Amino acid sequence: MSLEKQGVATGWNFLSQESGFEIGETLIEYWSDETYLKALWVGLLNTVYVALIGNVLAVLVGLFIGVFSMSPNWMISRICRFYVEIARNIPLLLQLFFWYSLFNELLPAVDQAYSLGDMVFLSQRGLKFPWFMAGHWEIPTLSGFDFTGGGTLTPEFLSLIMGLVFYTGAYNAEIVRAGIESIPRGQWEAAQSLGLTRIQMLIKVIIPQSMQVAIPPMISQLLNLSKNSSLAVAIGFPDFVTIANTTLNQTGQAVEVISLIMIIYLFMSLSTSFIANLYHRSIAHKGAER
Amino acid sequence: MDSIISMNNVNKYYGDFHVLKDINLTVKPKEKIVLLGPSGSGKSTLVRLINRLEEHQHGQIIVDGITLNENVKNIEKIRSEVGMVFQSFNLFPHLSILENLTLAPIKVRKENKASAEKRAMELLERVKIADQALKYPGQLSGGQQQRVAIARALCMQPKIMLFDEPTSALDPEMVKEVLDVMVDLAKEGMTMMCVTHEMGFAKEVADRVIFMDAGQIVEEDNPHQFFSGPKSERGQQFLSQIL
Repeated sequence: MSLEKQGVATGWNFLSQESGFEIGETLIEYWSDETYLKALWVGLLNTVYVALIGNVLAVLVGLFIGVFSMSPNWMISRICRFYVEIARNIPLLLQLFFWYSLFNELLPAVDQAYSLGDMVFLSQRGLKFPWFMAGHWEIPTLSGFDFTGGGTLTPEFLSLIMGLVFYTGAYNAEIVRAGIESIPRGQWEAAQSLGLTRIQMLIKVIIPQSMQVAIPPMISQLLNLSKNSSLAVAIGFPDFVTIANTTLNQTGQAVEVISLIMIIYLFMSLSTSFIANLYHRSIAHKGAER
Repeated sequence: MDSIISMNNVNKYYGDFHVLKDINLTVKPKEKIVLLGPSGSGKSTLVRLINRLEEHQHGQIIVDGITLNENVKNIEKIRSEVGMVFQSFNLFPHLSILENLTLAPIKVRKENKASAEKRAMELLERVKIADQALKYPGQLSGGQQQRVAIARALCMQPKIMLFDEPTSALDPEMVKEVLDVMVDLAKEGMTMMCVTHEMGFAKEVADRVIFMDAGQIVEEDNPHQFFSGPKSERGQQFLSQIL
């Protein structure tokens, strides 16, 4: 058997072997002499982190753009429509490359970083900002070739988030717009005739009703963003797929690693849609029963 | 102020279609006006001009001393003084009956919740539906929903009430419960403009009947005179078809 010839044993034993590789950014402490299992765990946490932040931002972008694309102001609604068309019609992978090159080419070198009050710095090394660490606020300071102290959002993370949010936000905006358009005109008129301002109408009457229509398709966009986060592999962000990929290359355990990736994404998607459906059910049928 | 609504030479178009032609109308406080006419004659549009759900192109409309124009603040002010009841109720389905009533007083009038709810419950009592306060609109019958819609408009303590065919979407046996509420309201001295096909209601409460056809006011009369013999040929024809 060819696997045996290559010295690859099937099974999950490789998980407890030493990984031997560094990971660029981690949410928990990790060293290259730890196991593959730990490395994969670090990658999974990074994936969940990106999915969580990305989805929250993409839903917010969707809400704002969706509502403003219905604005009576011609300029505002045009700009929103323009954004949606651009973002939906360029492949996500290309958008990720675009953001990544933007962060790498356009931003200044680390010693010429843009700074905001000498507290927040933006450079090719990413975004550095003050962060609460070990009991006190740490402000990033430049020492040698990089900043030390404070929090960091790396260029890889920022481009991944920008790409995912820009892309998925446009789909979310269309869903919100369709939701708003599905509300009968009488609802607007009733709210108007009571003297509510446009903002009050939207917040109190129109958006709550359109959300009931918008949530099911929005759930599938949540899942899309989570799954699309695996394109991180293309720009070198150490998400689960990137790390699983390295693991596969080093150990040759293709069947095991690929199954692991599939199981993890399946589990992530199912639990996301489970939670989202619970939420939808909690708001959907209010008052609908006769 | 002797008139609460005045319309001078008002004209309204939908594209090329001339919906309302040279409308002149003044309404005194506490006056009850019933608008009659065949469908498409512009009666609903006329009523909807008063709280600017529709915009007019020419002429002047003054409601409670405020001239209606592009000024959004003025429009919102007028809308909070003018209640409206629609043919299709248009209750907010995601809010409870009580919340339907208190939304505008709390948001527009900045009233505190307790006092808005107190008045809302009194109004629901008045339209005989207080026991449904915590239900949702979808759980109520059409007649009950329309009574809630009237109470919702009243909860803003309006000076004028507009009714746009309030009983047309109701099952026949529910018409009366809604008309009773409207009659009570009329007796309490509310200024009312009603588009309706309920001739009995028109005879009972109207101070003035306005008969419209093809975008024009054809005839204005007290109901007794109008129903016993319209002056215009079109009015006679209309009455002969519906009575």
